[in-house]
Amino acid sequence: MTDPSAQLRRYYGLYTGCFLLFILALGVLEHYGMPARWIGYVFLVLTVSLYATIGVMARTSNVAEYYVAGRRIPALFNGMATGADWMSAASFIGLAGTLYLSGYQGLAYVMGWTGGFVLIALLFAPYLRRFGQYTIPDFLGARYGGSMARLFGVFATVLTSFVYVVAQIYGVGLITSRLVGLQFEIGVIVGLAGILICSFLGGMRAVTWTQVAQYMVLIVAYTAPVAILSYKVTGVPVPQIMYGQVMQKIERLEDKILRDPAEINARNLYLARADALKSLIDGLPDSLAEERRRLSTSIDQLKHGEVNISEVFALERQRRELPKSTPAAYDYWDSLLHQATRQSTELTPHAAPYPDKEKDKDKAANHSARLNFVTLVFCLMVGTAALPHVLMRYYTTPSVREARSSVFWSLLFILVFYITAPAYAVFAKYEIYSNLVGSSIEQLPNWVSAWSRIGLVSIEDINHDGILQFAELNLNPDVIVLALPEIAGLPYVISGLVAAGALAAALSTADGLLLTIAGAFSHDLYYKVFRPDAKTEWRLVVSKTMLLIAAVLAAIVASQRPADILSLVAWAFSLAASAFFPALVLGIFWKGANKTGAVSGMALGLLVTVYYLVRVQFNSIPWLGIHGIGMEPWLGIESTSAGIWGVATGFVTIIVVSLIGKPPKSETQNFIESVRSPGFNR
Amino acid sequence: MLITQRHKAYWKRTLRITGILLALWFVVTFVVSYFAHELSKFSLFGIPFGFYMGSQGALLIYLFIIWIYVKYMNALDREFGVSEGED
Repeated sequence: MTDPSAQLRRYYGLYTGCFLLFILALGVLEHYGMPARWIGYVFLVLTVSLYATIGVMARTSNVAEYYVAGRRIPALFNGMATGADWMSAASFIGLAGTLYLSGYQGLAYVMGWTGGFVLIALLFAPYLRRFGQYTIPDFLGARYGGSMARLFGVFATVLTSFVYVVAQIYGVGLITSRLVGLQFEIGVIVGLAGILICSFLGGMRAVTWTQVAQYMVLIVAYTAPVAILSYKVTGVPVPQIMYGQVMQKIERLEDKILRDPAEINARNLYLARADALKSLIDGLPDSLAEERRRLSTSIDQLKHGEVNISEVFALERQRRELPKSTPAAYDYWDSLLHQATRQSTELTPHAAPYPDKEKDKDKAANHSARLNFVTLVFCLMVGTAALPHVLMRYYTTPSVREARSSVFWSLLFILVFYITAPAYAVFAKYEIYSNLVGSSIEQLPNWVSAWSRIGLVSIEDINHDGILQFAELNLNPDVIVLALPEIAGLPYVISGLVAAGALAAALSTADGLLLTIAGAFSHDLYYKVFRPDAKTEWRLVVSKTMLLIAAVLAAIVASQRPADILSLVAWAFSLAASAFFPALVLGIFWKGANKTGAVSGMALGLLVTVYYLVRVQFNSIPWLGIHGIGMEPWLGIESTSAGIWGVATGFVTIIVVSLIGKPPKSETQNFIESVRSPGFNR
Repeated sequence: MLITQRHKAYWKRTLRITGILLALWFVVTFVVSYFAHELSKFSLFGIPFGFYMGSQGALLIYLFIIWIYVKYMNALDREFGVSEGED
């Protein structure tokens, strides 16, 4: 048994066994009265120190080891590491919740984040590996010549990766504060330490081996709760197969909710509230003072009549919460209007692809829903195939052949996760529709009050019947994964496991991203552009410094708790897609693409995407003093799919500009040949 | 670098398999999901077909596409005598 791969498989097999035993042991300890808080701490400390140990053991000061793990990672393990690299905090916590809320529409993410690997396999991985350098800007530099293409690649790499890494560190703060009970900022510091220990000393080599360990933790943590729930509901612990049955039960429950008179009543009450808010907004600025007077009069009346203290308090709170100025009132009422409108609309059946086009009023909605679904899938796929931290992983395999099969393993390990997510949503929905909706508000389960304290669940008895209607329940999508163990009545050890899994997802992605940023600065900017004669040791010192600076900056930004960070991540895909995809594809598949074409195509594509998503998403940017820039979306396509315009612009620009200019030199032609096919004269 | 007939032949075969598999990817991804509503008339494992394709079917076909590509390219490498390792 001298095959290193077989030995590695034995090690990681043993490790997974130990991890499962450890969960069992904690479960037993909990049964004998170990407090929940301790279980959380044990999970946190044990997993982070495990990753740190691997990180320290794999430390290195060799450049090839640091950037591309010595190109010695077997395809299977590279696939697993890519899986952990790929699945971020947003996937782990948010995806099942999105599927819960939007049913079929949410499948755009499931398809987009897996189908992108087909593009990686067919268009990029083998060619990048045959090229055999270190970064994506490296490829742009070699293919198009000069520093411009490389510098633009550095800029786009840093832009997309930094947004993404901030979201991961923010995720770490959320997980540790909600599930382990640490303060948000302390959670961020713990996460930062975990990330740095892994990537600082050992670069890509350490990160890869930690990511393999993190994959195991996150996949066990993601599948275990829903498998247990599946066993409870259907008697078979394979949720991926059993959720079809449950979906049929959900269909009946949905039907009941649509027809139930109490539900219809609640929806109408929300509709009336939405109308009232609409007239308040239309009546601004006078309506603000009127509303204050109206509340004051009713408070006075109540105080003089039969005193019902809680009603008085509620009205006084309403009066207190009224905004002071007209623009603030507009925003305040507008957000209330959105919420009331949402709660007044009938639920869309979980399995229904698009609004029914048989009904006349939905015809336009049906067309726009189809178009948005397809374009979002496109942007997510092309973005996946263009994200530098994923593409970089295919430099680390020993050969082109291994690079190809490594994409297969990547997708296989990722599929386990993405096939489970829809099942997760369905089982959660079944539990909530059948056990929570229709129960008495006085006797709601504990998790409802626990999660409503931090504002993720809110319940309002709008029709005062003491029963919870579906329309009265407002869930933040993050709750689905975070609270499922409690919803299903599982022991706390499972909640701890979920926290550890989410943490592994966030840390592994952050590791890969930070390395990519550091590589772009130290390898492409410092070594290739400014100091081609720099010594190896210096290159590593610069790289490690950059890693540290990027990590600390990301942590500082994350601890400001930027509210829009999760929507920024969706945009990262559109940005990466329009900056890299056309230049990379044409660079490999079309010999005619030249430098001017590539640079102008990348720049114009990125500009169009940014222009579109800013103008569709925002009407004003207060901190820049810009107002009234909102525009109607083109063909009704939402800002998350902005990349479709950027990618199209990129392709057209590169082709047109290259055709006008001179074709690339013969050296470049030879370079393309050498990337396309193996050297036959060996 | 001399570009031989062998280079050209190898590249032509590569382009052909890439094109075929991309076409399959396109149909599974965009055509099927655009017509998901119409395809939901029948069910698979109790799940309407449109929903099944988005949640499992398409994913398994993606995996299959990559598997075919790996197999085909390894065979092509062997045929041209540039295989990098044993199967």
